[in-house]
Amino acid sequence: MSATAQRLLSPHGAIAHPERLGQPSELHPEKQHAHVRFIDLGKTYEGQQGLVPALQGINLDIRRGEVFGIIGRSGAGKSSLIRTINRLEKPSSGRVLIDQVDIGAFNEDTLVDLRRRIGMIFQHFNLMSAKTVWQNVELPLKVAGVPKDQRQRKVAELLELVGLQGKHKAYPAQLSGGQKQRVGIARALVHDPAILLCDEATSALDPETTQSILGLLREINQRLGLTIVLITHEMAVIREICDRVVVLEKGEVVEQGPVWQVFGNPQHAVSRTLLAPLQHALPEDVQARLQPHPSADHASVVLDLQFTGSNGTEPDLSALFNALGGRVSLLHGGVERIQGRALGHLLLAVSHSPLSANELISRARQYAQQAEVLGYVA
Amino acid sequence: MWLDRLWQGVIDTFLMVGVSSLIALILGIPLAVILVTSGKGGIFEAPNVNRVLGAFVNIFRSVPFLILMVALIPFTRLIVGTTYGVWAAVVPLTIASTPFFARIAEVSLREVDHGLIEAAQAMGCRRWHIVWHVLLPEALPGIVGGFTITLVTMINSSAMAGAIGAGGLGDIAYRYGYQRFDTQVMLTVIVLLVILVAVIQLGGDRLALRLNKR
Repeated sequence: MSATAQRLLSPHGAIAHPERLGQPSELHPEKQHAHVRFIDLGKTYEGQQGLVPALQGINLDIRRGEVFGIIGRSGAGKSSLIRTINRLEKPSSGRVLIDQVDIGAFNEDTLVDLRRRIGMIFQHFNLMSAKTVWQNVELPLKVAGVPKDQRQRKVAELLELVGLQGKHKAYPAQLSGGQKQRVGIARALVHDPAILLCDEATSALDPETTQSILGLLREINQRLGLTIVLITHEMAVIREICDRVVVLEKGEVVEQGPVWQVFGNPQHAVSRTLLAPLQHALPEDVQARLQPHPSADHASVVLDLQFTGSNGTEPDLSALFNALGGRVSLLHGGVERIQGRALGHLLLAVSHSPLSANELISRARQYAQQAEVLGYVA
Repeated sequence: MWLDRLWQGVIDTFLMVGVSSLIALILGIPLAVILVTSGKGGIFEAPNVNRVLGAFVNIFRSVPFLILMVALIPFTRLIVGTTYGVWAAVVPLTIASTPFFARIAEVSLREVDHGLIEAAQAMGCRRWHIVWHVLLPEALPGIVGGFTITLVTMINSSAMAGAIGAGGLGDIAYRYGYQRFDTQVMLTVIVLLVILVAVIQLGGDRLALRLNKR
C-alpha cells in the first residue's frame, strides 16, 4: 500500500485539520473567541409595500483563521449579511462583534479604521477603470497616508503574491476576468487585513479561472492565516475551499455546520436543492423502469447507499459486495473527499441475492451511513 | 479695415468664451459633485440642499439666454460697472453656462458604477477621498465631453451677446453682415465660427478618448 493510500485510509490521516472540523483546538486557545460574531442580527429595507425583512435572528460565530461560507439562493440575504461585517450595510437590529468589539456605534473615523482591517473582493471586481493595476492596488494605501516608499514596496509585494508582475501599467479593461479578480485580491490585502470578505468573487468567472482564484484564496488563507468569509450561490465553491458553511433562506439561517456534514447529510430542503446539481441521481432510463414491487423472479433490487463522511474512510467495496451476496452492479455513483472525509452516493442494482430487501438494507448499513431500497427493475 | 475688425472680433469672442467657460468649469464641477452626492443615497446625503440647488439650476437653465441676458443687466452693472462690452457679456454667459455644464457633469458623475463607490468605502476611503480618487477620475472622460458641448453652446450664446453690444464675431456678423448686407463679412464670420467649433469639438473628442480607459 502506498504511503498516500495509507494516509488516506488511516483514521488519523483521514482528518487533515482536526481543528477545522468543529472541535476547538487545544493548541490555539485564542481560536475559541469568535473573530466575527452576529448576535440576533436583523435588517429590514423600506420597500414599496412597507418594510421588507432581509435578515432576521442571525446568530453566528466565525472563527479566526477559518474559511466560512454563506450560501443561499438569490435574495436569501447573503449580500446584506456579509456587508454588515464592514458596515457597508447598517443592521436594523442586533449586533456585530469583531474581535469582541461591537461595531454598531462606530463613526466615520473608527469605521475607516475598521475597514482597513477588513479586505473585500467583489463579483464584478469593482476596479477603478481610470487607474492602472498599480494605482488600483496603491489606492487604499494612498488614502491612508502611507509614505511613497512603503507604498511601492507593499504594492510590488502584493502584485507578486497574486502573480501579476509585469502588468503594473495595464488598465483593468486590458485584463481578463481572472486577472481583474487578482488585482481585486491584491487591493483587498494591501493593508494586511485580518478578515477577507468575498462577495460572489468567482461568480463572473469561467470554471477554470474559478479554480485558480479559489486556489489563490486557499493559499492566502493558509499562508497569512486570514479569516475568509465568502458568499456564493454555488455549492461547488463551498466544497472547494470552505471549512464551515451556513445556509441562508429568506433571511434566516436554516442549516450550519462543517462542510462535510452539510454535504454528506443535508437536513434542510434548501440545502438539498442547492446540492442537487452536484449529486448522483439514478440514470433516467433506470428511473423509467423502476417499479415499487418486484415483478419477476429475478428482479434486481435498486439500492441507494449514502456515505455521509461521519466515519471518515472510503467504503470497502469488496466487503460490501460480499455482504450483499448475488450479483451487484454499479448503476451510478461516486465518492469524493471533503476535508478528509469520504462522502458520496452509490446506486447499486443487486440480483440473484438470497437476501430479502430488508436484509440487504441492514447489511448495507454496516458499510454506508444510509441505505434505502429505491425500487425494482426487471 | 474690416480684416482688423474681424481679428478684434475673434479676440473678443475668445475672451468672452474663455473667461466665462473657465469660471463655469471652476464653479460647475463642485456644483455637479454637490448635486450628485447630496441626492438620496449619496455619500453626503442632504435632501434639502439637493432640492434647493436643483431648483436654482433648473430656473437658470429654463430661461432662454437672450432673456436672461436682458434680465441680468442690473446685476451685470453691479458686478462689472458697465452693461456694454466683452466684460459685461461674461456675467450672463457665466451664469447661463455654469448650470448647463453642471447638469452635464452631473450625469457623468452619476454614471460612475455604484460598485466602485462601495469598493472605495470598503477599502477605507473617506467621503472626500471617494470624490477625489473615484468619482472625478472615473467621470473625467464624460466631463471633458460635457465641457466641449458647453464651449460650443457658449460660442453660440456669445454671438447673441455680441448682437446686443458685447463685441465679438456675433457683433460683426450682425452689424456688417446683416445690417449693411455685406455678404463677404457674413460668410467669413460663418466660416470662422464653423472652424472654431470644429476645432473645439475635435480637440474635446480626442482628449475624452485619450482619457477613457474603459
